[in-house]
Amino acid sequence: MFGLSALFLARFQFAFTVGFHIVFPAFSIGLAAYLAVLEGLWLKTGRSAYLDLFKYWLKVFSVVFGMGVVSGLVMSYEFGTNWSAFSQKAGPILGPMLAYEVMTAFFLEAGFLGVMMFGLNRVGKGLHFAATCMVSIGTLISMSWILSSNSWMQTPRGYRIDEATGRFLPVDWWQIVFNPSFPYRIVHMGLAAFLCVAFIVAGVAGWHLLKARREGRQASEQVRLMFSMAMWMAAIVSPIQVLAGDTQGLNTLEYQPAKIAALEGDWESESRAPELLFGIPDMKNETTHFKIAIPYLGSLILTHSLDGKVPGLKDYPKEDRPYSPLLFFSFRIMIALGMLMVLVGLWSLYLRWKGKLYDTPLLHRIALFMSPAGFLALLCGWITTEVGRQPFTVYGLLRTSDSVSPIALPNIATSMVAFVIVYFIVFTGGITILLRTFAEEPHPDQHGPAEDQPQRAAGTTQVSHQPQPDAGMAE
Amino acid sequence: MTETAGFWLPMVWALLAATAIFLYICLDGFDLGIGILFLKEKDADHRNLMVNTVAPVWDGNETWMIFGGAALYGVFPVAYGTILPALYLPVLFMLLALILRGVSFEFRFKAESPMSKFFWDTAFCGGSIVAAFMQGVILGTLVQGIKVENNVFVGSSFDWFSPFSLFCGLAVVIGYALLGATWLLWRCEGELHDTMRRISFALAGLMLVTIALVSVWTPMLHTTYMQHWLAMPQLALVAPVPVAVAVLAGVLFLGLRNPRSHLLPFVATLGLFFLCFSGLGINVWPYIVPPTITIWQASSPPESQTFLLVGTMFLLPLILSYTAYSYYVFRGKMSAGHHYH
Repeated sequence: MFGLSALFLARFQFAFTVGFHIVFPAFSIGLAAYLAVLEGLWLKTGRSAYLDLFKYWLKVFSVVFGMGVVSGLVMSYEFGTNWSAFSQKAGPILGPMLAYEVMTAFFLEAGFLGVMMFGLNRVGKGLHFAATCMVSIGTLISMSWILSSNSWMQTPRGYRIDEATGRFLPVDWWQIVFNPSFPYRIVHMGLAAFLCVAFIVAGVAGWHLLKARREGRQASEQVRLMFSMAMWMAAIVSPIQVLAGDTQGLNTLEYQPAKIAALEGDWESESRAPELLFGIPDMKNETTHFKIAIPYLGSLILTHSLDGKVPGLKDYPKEDRPYSPLLFFSFRIMIALGMLMVLVGLWSLYLRWKGKLYDTPLLHRIALFMSPAGFLALLCGWITTEVGRQPFTVYGLLRTSDSVSPIALPNIATSMVAFVIVYFIVFTGGITILLRTFAEEPHPDQHGPAEDQPQRAAGTTQVSHQPQPDAGMAE
Repeated sequence: MTETAGFWLPMVWALLAATAIFLYICLDGFDLGIGILFLKEKDADHRNLMVNTVAPVWDGNETWMIFGGAALYGVFPVAYGTILPALYLPVLFMLLALILRGVSFEFRFKAESPMSKFFWDTAFCGGSIVAAFMQGVILGTLVQGIKVENNVFVGSSFDWFSPFSLFCGLAVVIGYALLGATWLLWRCEGELHDTMRRISFALAGLMLVTIALVSVWTPMLHTTYMQHWLAMPQLALVAPVPVAVAVLAGVLFLGLRNPRSHLLPFVATLGLFFLCFSGLGINVWPYIVPPTITIWQASSPPESQTFLLVGTMFLLPLILSYTAYSYYVFRGKMSAGHHYH
């Protein structure tokens, strides 16, 4: 596809670092919301199982959030090191948006994280709940800014191009921020983050349900509660996500038809287009091999009409076509996982109605097996939308090949190797710790970081001249 | 109208950016310093205590660095697009070090085997040292000057590898260690407090030597820097800096010698950092990428700077107040021992 050029390595490095990074913010967005819900329910109902679950997932949050911060730090400088031409040209528009993200979201999250993690004994229930909500709101604000920036790169509006420097200059910030694809993307991404966490929670609960069954005992109240909550999410959110994805598809067809043609593997523009279930797109010979197709379905899905016209890649000059073989599969894997999630959700509704939600080991096994499904679907979705934007960084206006820094190949090769090594160490360490945390069953009087072990910290240590902590918080 | 906005906005932003960088240096300075002090302090309980003094706040401290990157990108995109390619390797090493050190906060407490505990402690210490050193190198390289033509970096990948910038790296490691030691002296009691007071003496001496050397070295790098010290109006601006450094150094040593003084050494060290930072700022002014690109040449259009400034005026005080609240919640001395393991 490319020679081993600095451009290729810069792209590969971006895909690698952002691919690792994105998992953690998505995890944080979903988990922070889950934590806020758990603490809110605990305060409302007084049921201690909610607090136990809160403390259990808080430990996970501390690891996930830290990894999100450090891998995100890289992104904030990588634009400058590897994509300096892009930064200089698009900086006047994207830079302020990222700075706003930091000011309205990152500081909010980091500022209240300490209180949320370690302040349970220090600030009282109400303030602590407020801190948890602030962290959760921070993650959502952060998602809004970053998706707005990304959407602007996909569907740029509200700019003019300075003739002398080729820079994008802001004309109308309202149009820039609320560009045409932003509303669809933010809904799709937000729901995706919630589903990621729902399936992780379901997987952990499924593991403990199976283990309890093997040991001939009943799983704890906490395990059953979190399984039930996760299955409600799967049942309600997955179908909504299918609708959200569908509307984003319609939006993409309107603004980026070449992306649609590439992810469908369609070469000729036609009405009454079939939907390919399988195929191997071939960029060179401009065809798709080994097609298995369902007639009319392509038009129906994309245009909601049997004889709607769908685009073909041949409508576009060769140098403007996104790489179809990758998109074709990333898109289909995402769809397949989404459908599986819907099925799991529906099945859980049926079992719940029959009163067998906790007594169906097959469902628990499937939940365990599908615990990474949300993240896989998320990554496939991002590959689809980002690779589908190629060969441009700012869609239709700035080519990726004109965005890269004047960087020497050895530099970028060095950094690539260094990133791979460090990420391997860090993410292996992180995943090991997460798995070890998951292996413990949440139980009554869950010890959270707030009370006992200095799990990185220290709300635990008493301040010598402080009054005694509010005893109510200790449960 | 636009003419004046085009003149004043970059000045306001240069001041804001300098403030953000200075806040970063102060805040992440002492928590990087704690990692550096792992070199001297081997006791496991003490180490936990040291880390715990910053555990609730370090994420926020590091956020200032992300803010620096994002603000530079939005407000001075030309600087962002030339400085980072020029400092490719130091920035890379700094980021990797910050990653290793950042996750060690979590991982070292969760490590079960002595092997992995040792590994993450080493990563915490090593990461802190490398990050601090590279920040010094970045600063030194910037002051020394970056080769730019038509807004594109044209130097070589190893321009940063010079005696001046390497020495700046060393200076920052020493400075951060002193910040960390005086912070711990303030926040801890007993044996750890005494150790930190002892270490602070030595570090303070070293830091003053490095400040003196960098101060003499910097004006010799460029004629423009030298002119600040030779022409009259500028001299009036720079001359008080060395005097103030001497005064604060005196205060620092007095504070360290007085066993009842706990907070003063930390404040005096912050003061020294402020003087060094503004001293360098005065030397470099009005360039953002010395010796060719001024803050006006590096700026994004007034529309971008205004858009961001409106929000910043409102958000920055808000951020500072809840950050202060978080520090307030976790105030006071940390007592050693009984809560750990």
